[in-house]
Amino acid sequence: MRRFFHSELDTLKAHLVLMGEKSSSALRKAVKALTEKDLDLAEQVIREDDSIDSLEVEIDRECTRYLTLRSPVASDLRLITVAIKASHDLERVGDEARNIAKRARKMLLKKGKIGDLLYIPEMAVMADDMLRDAFQCFIAEDAERASLVLARDDEVDALNRANFKDYIQKAKLDPEELNQYLDLIFVSKSLERIADHATNLAEEVIFLTTARETRAHAPKMDDFLD
Amino acid sequence: MSSESLPPSTLISVRDFSFWYGQAQALDRLSIDIPRHQVTALIGPSGCGKSTLIRSINRMNDLVDGCRHEGDILVDHVSIYRPSTEVISLRKRIGMVFQKPNPFPQSIYENVAYGLRVAGLRRKRVLDEIVEKSLRDAALWDEVRDRLHENAFQLSGGQLQRLCIARTIANKPEILLLDEPCSALDPIATGHIENLIYELKKQYTIVIVTHNMQQAARISDLTAFLYMGKLVEFASTESIFMHPSNAQTEAYITGRFG
Repeated sequence: MRRFFHSELDTLKAHLVLMGEKSSSALRKAVKALTEKDLDLAEQVIREDDSIDSLEVEIDRECTRYLTLRSPVASDLRLITVAIKASHDLERVGDEARNIAKRARKMLLKKGKIGDLLYIPEMAVMADDMLRDAFQCFIAEDAERASLVLARDDEVDALNRANFKDYIQKAKLDPEELNQYLDLIFVSKSLERIADHATNLAEEVIFLTTARETRAHAPKMDDFLD
Repeated sequence: MSSESLPPSTLISVRDFSFWYGQAQALDRLSIDIPRHQVTALIGPSGCGKSTLIRSINRMNDLVDGCRHEGDILVDHVSIYRPSTEVISLRKRIGMVFQKPNPFPQSIYENVAYGLRVAGLRRKRVLDEIVEKSLRDAALWDEVRDRLHENAFQLSGGQLQRLCIARTIANKPEILLLDEPCSALDPIATGHIENLIYELKKQYTIVIVTHNMQQAARISDLTAFLYMGKLVEFASTESIFMHPSNAQTEAYITGRFG
């Protein structure tokens, strides 16, 4: 039997999918603004972040309302708890995309150029693929495929570490460009964080579909202290 | 408040209404405006007056010896207590379904047709049409269409309750009063009734008494919290359950009452 209020869960899922699409689009635009030195596109990403934030507020409201009025249990309850966490992850993806756009704008306005991007374009493609795969798994409720997303986080982390080392090296050789290299380190870190949020999403999909907890219990050491 | 100043959506207006069973006062100057085509839930601890209130709306309490009231109840701007009110007609306009299904010891068909026959309807084709529509509207038709002339007591508890709803809506009421209609039903039958209530509010104005707060939260648009015969808070269900404005309401719905 389908209850009359179950359609509210369909609406909630649709809002999460929309938020996923907007976050992924913001990421791609931000990276394009960086690689193609497109100031207008950077401004657009910064402006559009509000709409992602608004969706998080809307999803939070829908979840709280459903928890209060519909007494959800089992998979319905898991969907609600996952939606609250996933919307927060996606809001953070939007924020990181905005941060990348802001760094691009700053570099373009200050120097009119952007230095060597090293592994940044590669990281961006990987992070976006992870994000979109995690979301496809959410739509298809595919825990098996979601578990494959988790492993790819290490590759993004490795590229971030390589970027960090190379930019530090470059800054030592060319101290005049220190600020530019610091900006690029922050961009790299934003992409690494986006991959982390995609990983969280994949873990949330696994929890949603199997009720199995996959999050690591041990606290992670800072990557840069390796 | 005069009837002229009522919001246009108001169908039932309870005004300064008090009610006594002998010396015992059950309702104390209670006022509430219930809108059309909405589900209004009455909640509160036992003895708070919610059943008295719902039974006053179609004057079922008139049948209790020694009862009396003060104040008034208007339905569609007209007092139900004015001398010219025909109580039988009033109860046709304002149907009621009780906690325990109370079918007549007759066939499924005759249970639904009963009120129509009493009202003088004899034409079989018209009776058939109304019986079918009522059973369809009560989401029971598909389960009983092949056994309409079997005894109603062969139905399950949930089906019997939907039969009672079909019997009530066959008389084309404006208002449905539901007095704990799911308290004797299992969760599946309760789910069917709750889905039905959601559908029926498009055609009827529904007032439901329930002890089940999750049910009130799930199915109602508005919720009234009553305590010791008084209306403590009346607001949208979302507002009552998410951020009640009254401390007593908060204590009751969070289980901290008493």
